[in-house]
Amino acid sequence: MLRENKERTEGTLIRDRGRPGRRGFTLPKLDVPETKVGDILPASQRRTEKPDLPEVDEPTVVRHYTNLSRRNWGIDTNFYPLGSCTMKHNPRVNEAAAQVPGFAGLHPMQPQAQSQGALRVMYELQGFLSEVSGLAAVSLAPLAGAQGELTSILMVKRYFEDVGDTGRTTVLVPETAHGTNPATASMAGFEAEEIGLDEHGCVDVDELREKVDGTTAALMITNPNTGGVYERNIHEISEILHDAGAFLYMDGANMNANMGRMKASDAGVDIMHFNLHKTFSTPHGGGGPGCGAIACTDTLAPFRPDPVAAKGGDKYSLEKPDKSIGRMTSFFGNFGVILKAWNYIKLHGPDLRDVTDMAVLNANYVRARLRDTYRVPYDELCKHEVVVQPPKGKKALEIAKGLLDHGFHPPTIYFPLVVKEAMLIEPTETESKETLDDFVEALLQLADTDDEDLAESPTTAPTRRLDEARAARKLKARW
Amino acid sequence: MARFTPHTEEDIREMLDTVGVETLDDLFADVPTKFEGALDLPPALSEHEALTDVHKAAAENRSGMPLFIGAGAYDRIVPSAVGSMMQRGEYLTAYTPYQPEVSQGGLQVIFEFQSMISELTGLEVSNASVYDGATAVAEAALMTARLAKRDAKVAVSAGLNPRYRQVIETYRVETVELPFENGATDFSAVPDDVSGVFVQSPNYLGVVEDIEAASGAAHENGALAVAVCDPTALAVLEAPGALGADIAVGEAQPLGMPLLFGGPYAGYMATTGKNVRQLPGRICGETVDEDGRLAYVLTLRAREQDIRRAKANSNICTNQALTALAATVYTALMGPEGLREVAELSVSKAHYLADRLQEKGVSLRYPEAPYLFEFAVELEDVDKTNAALLENGIVGGLDTGDGAMLIAVTEKRTKEELDKFAEVVANA
Repeated sequence: MLRENKERTEGTLIRDRGRPGRRGFTLPKLDVPETKVGDILPASQRRTEKPDLPEVDEPTVVRHYTNLSRRNWGIDTNFYPLGSCTMKHNPRVNEAAAQVPGFAGLHPMQPQAQSQGALRVMYELQGFLSEVSGLAAVSLAPLAGAQGELTSILMVKRYFEDVGDTGRTTVLVPETAHGTNPATASMAGFEAEEIGLDEHGCVDVDELREKVDGTTAALMITNPNTGGVYERNIHEISEILHDAGAFLYMDGANMNANMGRMKASDAGVDIMHFNLHKTFSTPHGGGGPGCGAIACTDTLAPFRPDPVAAKGGDKYSLEKPDKSIGRMTSFFGNFGVILKAWNYIKLHGPDLRDVTDMAVLNANYVRARLRDTYRVPYDELCKHEVVVQPPKGKKALEIAKGLLDHGFHPPTIYFPLVVKEAMLIEPTETESKETLDDFVEALLQLADTDDEDLAESPTTAPTRRLDEARAARKLKARW
Repeated sequence: MARFTPHTEEDIREMLDTVGVETLDDLFADVPTKFEGALDLPPALSEHEALTDVHKAAAENRSGMPLFIGAGAYDRIVPSAVGSMMQRGEYLTAYTPYQPEVSQGGLQVIFEFQSMISELTGLEVSNASVYDGATAVAEAALMTARLAKRDAKVAVSAGLNPRYRQVIETYRVETVELPFENGATDFSAVPDDVSGVFVQSPNYLGVVEDIEAASGAAHENGALAVAVCDPTALAVLEAPGALGADIAVGEAQPLGMPLLFGGPYAGYMATTGKNVRQLPGRICGETVDEDGRLAYVLTLRAREQDIRRAKANSNICTNQALTALAATVYTALMGPEGLREVAELSVSKAHYLADRLQEKGVSLRYPEAPYLFEFAVELEDVDKTNAALLENGIVGGLDTGDGAMLIAVTEKRTKEELDKFAEVVANA
């Protein structure tokens, strides 16, 4: 990292870099007679106190946010093998695509005749996702993976209301599920009930058989699961659910392991969500924006959110499915993300399978290289990610902080919850063998280092370890 | 081979050997439902070909013309520095800041974003953003139920953006309708069993509403007052926190985000200090590192889904960090004076256009009601008028579907455009 002027960078807020009267932008001059806000509104409605906002010039703004960016790691700067997050390279052509004025300047409420290009992109992406999943119908409305889950489970709820089956009160989630799964079930008005695992870390089919009954609405399964293992009993699982009149929902966070190798429809999945920001590499942006598009069978298609893109003759339109759960967003979804995913798929076509193959090869390579030193709870073929545990007596947290000093972003740690000291490593397909070898060497070296010697880590990152308890105890969330 | 994967045939061979399998197919031996064919997708394109297609699709849209639609998304001037900061790879390609030591940049941006939202709304705490305006409104509705300890049922009026109301309902919150007369909501008869009272100001039809009256009515009935506000308007309107609102939410798109056919934008949410534990989503707080240096971290995490699972405030996981960055850089560049100027320019231009239209015999739908930069006019055939405008290279206002056109005027519009708009509408 380049040397920073510490006095002027560390923690200094943009507000504190200015001085009253400085301006960072010039607006066009008023070219019509002035109407004063004071002539329209009574004093009680007008702002009396000037908001305490920065008064800074453009050079200061650019330097401030550029220097802040250098205190942030991204895929562009470091290997970032965060499990279940699919931190792959973000092709820059997608950024170029989202800046094309014909899209960037398009208002969502313009008449549909004026937005045919955008509607075509949506319609085509719906088709692409339908092909990748094997499922008949798609909605691009959900604004993030968690909202894709909510959309799906609300659709399941509405389906049962529609057929008059009022006793479906429970949604099952495996112990390895992302926290969003049980939270989604609650939000959609169901009880979330946990299902245990077998020795492969997969859903315990016997337990499932016992728990599924007329009160079950759905099982939310992640496949491959968050231990990186393919749910080998997926057929049996879907049969158990379908026999009981319930649905199989698939959390598609891990679709990077499936493209061109497995179709959700073949596995008996009724409805699933994609994370376009993961699998199709529309960047994560430091925590959003995303797109949690969903795909479903014909049975559930009428319940999709309002609206979906449709085509009649050579005209594209937005339509409300006839039994729609309603709107999930202000407009039609995160179109910029949709556009990038559409473009990403067009760059790959059927070669999406190579993406999956290389992602799975990379994860298995890391597993094979670590297995003699780290414990691998499910030491069998993994898919696009692998969960490992540090050698006995060592803490995942210490290794994670030690990795920072090797220049690697740590894997996801302490997740899945069922694996003690879990380190969930997802290399993705865009990393070279050399990067993986360096990463493995760092992990092997850290396995050999006493935790006490890592207690000081990180020493080379922008900060040392933080007092997280203090942040909550003495909440200060604004200037 | 796909283009963003570095492996050569040799790499692949060596790695398969290390794994102990023969072929790539063997890596999927455990998949019982293997898909054997090729995906039926159009053949892979080169970057140049793909980008050519993007431009072709973009040309099938009608844009690049003066635009008079608002209705929740506004055609405002975006300083160049905003986009250039968003393209910094360190922001663009990072994940949620779970490792705060190497995420200080993104975390500080969020802290600054929260501070700016707090300043604009006059409320003590803001979260790190939610998906968009509509979901901010829906999350606020759910939040009122937790705070009021009542069933999720909220009072709204025709002044609330109808799409916001639809999302509230999708989120399984009941709505009851308050009377709406002469462009404003009548808060005199709020039912006593609602958890929240919503007031949008300026409302969907552009009229400045009485947030104080809404707050009073909510509190009398043991409910919370939720103000839905355009952040640009807050540069000139009294802060909702100062008018008694318990929660302020809205769409941050006007703060530096391109229209981009409806997203990505960012929703904002702010509330009083005592309600902070019922906020959904991420909150960034200040702390220190081991050397005592100031630093930032995600905090009050026990509200969230990855910790509390089924009992979390919401299932929301990601916020809108990148678009929140846009809002932060935009607001920094504008400053308090610039933001006020954006609002004032828009107000003057909107009123100029309304005056020109009235001179030509077009009536405002609510001639007595105060408005800032959006207003509705009565028109017999909005479609026909919009077609005439389009012929003249102008994208007209929104057809409300009941004989009115909702017109938004931003600082981008010039006198020449406004005069032409009035001329064409009068002659249509």
